[in-house]
Amino acid sequence: MGWARKILRVNLTEGTCASEPLNMQWADEYLGSRGLATKYLVEETDPKVDPLSPDNKMIMSTGPLTGTMASTGGRYTVVTKGPLTGAIACSNSGGFFGAELKFAGWDMIIFEGKSPKPVYLFVENDRAELRDAANLWGKSCWETEETIKRQHQDPQIRISSIGRAGENQVLFACVVNDLHRAAGRSGVGAVMGSKNLKAVALRGTKGTSGIKDFKAFMQASNEAKKVLADNAVTGEGLPKYGTQVLMNVINEIGALPTRNHRDVKFEDASKISAEQMHEKRATDGKPQLVTNAACFGCTIACGRISEIDKTHFSVVNSPKYWGASGGLEYEAAWALGAANGVGDIEALQYANLLCNEHGMDPISFGATVGAVMEMYEMGVLTEEQIGTAAPFGSAEALVQLVEMTANGEGFGKEIGEGSRRLCTKYGHPELSMSVKGQEFPAYDARGIQGIGLAYATSNRGACHLRGYTVASEVMGIPVKTDPLVTEGKPALVKAFQDATAIFDSAGICVFTSFAWTLADVQPQLAAACEGDWSMEKLETVGERIWNMERQYNLAAGLTRKDDDLPPRLKTEAAKVGPAKGLVNGLDTMLPEYYQLRGWTPDGVPSSETLNRLGL
Amino acid sequence: MKYLILGNGPAGVIAAETLRAEDPQGDIVMAGSEDAPPYSRMAIPYLLEGNIDESGTYLRKRAGHFDTLGVRQKAGRAVALDAAARRVLFHDGSHEDYDRLLIATGSHPVRPPIPGIDRPETQTCWTLEDARAIAALTRPGSRVLQLGAGFIGCIIMEALAARGVELTVVEMGDRMVPRMMTPEAGGMIKRWVESKGIRVRTSAGVERIDDGDGNAPLKVRLSTGEALDCDVVIVAAGVAPNVGFLDNTGVHVAKGVIVDARMETAVEGIYAAGDVAEAPDLFTGAHLVSAIQPNAADQARIAAVNMAGGEARLPGVLAINVLDTLGLISTSFGQWWGDPAGQGVEHVDAEANRYLSLQFKDDVLIGATSIGITAHVGALRGLIQGRLNLGPWKDRLLANPTAFFEAYVAATQPTTLMRSAA
Amino acid sequence: MLKSLHIDPAKCTGCLQCEMACSYEHHGVFNPSKSRIKVFNFEHEGRMVPYTCTQCSDAWCMNACPVDAITLDADTGAKVVHEDICVGCKVCTIACPFGTINYEQDSGKVQKCDLCDDNPACASACPTGAITYVDADWTGLGKMRQWAERANTPSTAAS
Repeated sequence: MGWARKILRVNLTEGTCASEPLNMQWADEYLGSRGLATKYLVEETDPKVDPLSPDNKMIMSTGPLTGTMASTGGRYTVVTKGPLTGAIACSNSGGFFGAELKFAGWDMIIFEGKSPKPVYLFVENDRAELRDAANLWGKSCWETEETIKRQHQDPQIRISSIGRAGENQVLFACVVNDLHRAAGRSGVGAVMGSKNLKAVALRGTKGTSGIKDFKAFMQASNEAKKVLADNAVTGEGLPKYGTQVLMNVINEIGALPTRNHRDVKFEDASKISAEQMHEKRATDGKPQLVTNAACFGCTIACGRISEIDKTHFSVVNSPKYWGASGGLEYEAAWALGAANGVGDIEALQYANLLCNEHGMDPISFGATVGAVMEMYEMGVLTEEQIGTAAPFGSAEALVQLVEMTANGEGFGKEIGEGSRRLCTKYGHPELSMSVKGQEFPAYDARGIQGIGLAYATSNRGACHLRGYTVASEVMGIPVKTDPLVTEGKPALVKAFQDATAIFDSAGICVFTSFAWTLADVQPQLAAACEGDWSMEKLETVGERIWNMERQYNLAAGLTRKDDDLPPRLKTEAAKVGPAKGLVNGLDTMLPEYYQLRGWTPDGVPSSETLNRLGL
Repeated sequence: MKYLILGNGPAGVIAAETLRAEDPQGDIVMAGSEDAPPYSRMAIPYLLEGNIDESGTYLRKRAGHFDTLGVRQKAGRAVALDAAARRVLFHDGSHEDYDRLLIATGSHPVRPPIPGIDRPETQTCWTLEDARAIAALTRPGSRVLQLGAGFIGCIIMEALAARGVELTVVEMGDRMVPRMMTPEAGGMIKRWVESKGIRVRTSAGVERIDDGDGNAPLKVRLSTGEALDCDVVIVAAGVAPNVGFLDNTGVHVAKGVIVDARMETAVEGIYAAGDVAEAPDLFTGAHLVSAIQPNAADQARIAAVNMAGGEARLPGVLAINVLDTLGLISTSFGQWWGDPAGQGVEHVDAEANRYLSLQFKDDVLIGATSIGITAHVGALRGLIQGRLNLGPWKDRLLANPTAFFEAYVAATQPTTLMRSAA
Repeated sequence: MLKSLHIDPAKCTGCLQCEMACSYEHHGVFNPSKSRIKVFNFEHEGRMVPYTCTQCSDAWCMNACPVDAITLDADTGAKVVHEDICVGCKVCTIACPFGTINYEQDSGKVQKCDLCDDNPACASACPTGAITYVDADWTGLGKMRQWAERANTPSTAAS
């Protein structure tokens, strides 16, 4: 079992909620969460659908390990067609919402259609109903959570919602749960907004009882937890420094994209690093970091809870930001900081807070600001057009632009379209540091060659979480490979991509893979789930999920040409550091990757491959 | 030192046990007036429902518990007290002398002066003997009229319903449990009970009970003009302390026996605890009977510590109650009706049958009423009894009263253990 | 020597493994809503606080029980609810000023922390040492008791 075996179908057009049994054959073929939800989307929607039309569907799904004692077993995935990319969108989030969905007795919720007016879904165990959200529309994610808890007079309700960014269909809007956890990428929040769905509020008291063999499961999950505890990254580095531990590391190896990828090292990296977050500030004698915090069931606890400097210009008149709240993670600190050349960590935290509050992906937002700043310095965009002077390094500009984008004001509306549309509009599509329209995360593909291929082939657009070869190329997990060479990277990328599909589909956090391999996950799944969950099966399921997503994208109209990096990474060599003189070798890696995948030279899965995977 | 305890309900038993702990050598006598081992009235409804047998109501389950403790049990109802001679006379003519006396004689049900109230089909519900009688009188389909929908009435109601009787409840007050529940909450309970098939008449009284006209043994006439055919009338119209034997003894009696914070009466060496005692209220200091088991237990322990020569004080009586009316659970705490100079908040969710009222004075919680909320309700007592200053949590509770447990934990758990991560 | 649960909120990350372990130990399911230990997350202070019964010496619940369904386990010091005796009257739930004994609708009985027969599942499951099972005179527990007592002094027995 592992699954609750029940899904909730919500027709927003009709205003109905219906329970139906989970398709157990699909569960056996696609596991759960990312894989299983994508299977439903593939079966139920036209891949050519306009992502923001009522015909698109949005699925929130747990995995079989969600809501169990497996470490990090609290995750859920939002699957839909992404408005930023036109490709499959699949964003997963921790916090407590996913486990609550399982505890209420559901594996997933499928949203279809569009509500005639703003609504939110309230689920209390078996009972599900749409409720009027007129009073919530226009509110931030934080206000929405507070208001729903107050309306229901239940402090234990768990909520996912969109903020103004989602309502305004900012193309990189997130779905935010538990105040500062987000299904962050690909604009899934805009899809939610297009459906007039403001929030999903859950209360589950039924618990997870459907574990095949509890005794075996407890043993397997305990052993796996020990692996996490004994590992230097998951047992020490991440709890103490969070993902921000990477800031100085990646900068040192010359792979910290800086100023819209013009540079590969940031001179102020240490000022925005994890170590800085521990430093006492001169102004108030307190460090920015208050504590680390865990998502549901997580024995790593990489999450940051921070307090901004009350005297900082961004918040000096806004006491509502003074309390403890979600702190900087590496990707956000990079995108808001290094990508724009901004070295003011308090400004970064302010922008981070606004991204959480209003539901925006800080990676795409920050990277888009990077493109804006570059065009400003080139003279393509003027102070008048933007509404502020926006040179690289300007914390003031960052602060203004985050407010404008969150509020959908002025030039903020254009930023809300993402960098590809914005750069194209102003005649410089090459300045959008993106793949398939989704902005890069925080690793430069010149200094870490394999990640370039992972970005180019990621089914949801540029992403580090679809095949995190950084683990191998930088940290030596599970084996050390040379970041500066392309040899062997196609196989590495494929292996990471297929394995990650299993981590995501199981309902656990991919950060466990700093310590875990599939061999650590397999016994937990085998004890929790009915059926055969051998290593061989998992490897096949992972590859099947990857190919299913690929098929969806091809059917949506994407082609080989969309598996590409911006010219800057392929033609402008790194200026300093170990990768000095290097560009990314995508063009040598890609054909080999296609071949390894059993795809044609045009990147189309061959019929043999499809047959082998049962697709 | 010889201790005499009058009464073997919860207060008597806990006092006996506490005395033994405090004074291993003392002579302890505990007198009870019923034909059963010490038992709890709180358990009678569950006996009537058939969930437990009589032994399930016993306060102590271990055989020979009191012998092991060296507590001598005496059967006898006190009829007179000679405070000067330190002697109690019992109904059978026997007597006991004492050095320290605890009055824990509890209370008895009141029969209001209604014509026909003393008929054999009219039964109170207080003792094990009453319970046996009710069990014999009622069977599925019996037409039962219950007089009184106060705390005790409501507890019995569930048991009667479980026995499958056709039940009508008549309450003088304008709502159910008027002395424990706000109007809104009492109304919610009434609607719930009615939805379970029980007829409820509030603001109504029984005028007289007559012979039936052939359809039933009894005809009961209400102040509303209705005349009901009944097989049985259950009287649950309140209780009064058992203080009759204290006339002219120097022990001050108002409604109950007046005690100070040490649970001592006006006569040195004589103490009182439980339903019979009127102790100072937590907030006002005014004397108050709070007839519920936890208060009896607290008072008995304090009385016993003082009787044995120790020093203990009751910080004040806090009225608390919990009620299960056919599955709808309600509680009330302290000054639930609020204070004119204070502030309050009332959350009503009629659809979910959930209700919570919190009443504050300054930033201290002084009273609360809940329905349909069972998790962590004890913290309401903690907040009130601890007189915890809520600070910013008061406003949060005014907006979100159901966050009371968070408020309690926030107010009581150390805040100083701040850390930098890991 | 008696042992006690020692709770150090400063080490808590809010992962809720303790709540799941508790519900699994007592009910055989992963269900925080059935847990006898509860973690509070004071978001705006960045403070997480696990909270459960301290097995206080006043034993309000035990003294309030009308049917002797709560007894002292002499080996562990735990006040233990005997489900076969409990009639579900809920008097203990309003007597305990700490809010740590609760009525459970499914069973019709009350439940509270019983120290898992001297091997608390919450402490075993805690990944950070925020919940440990230590000798009862450990200072932290004393501190917690002090707090509890200051907040809710029923009597100040000086003898």
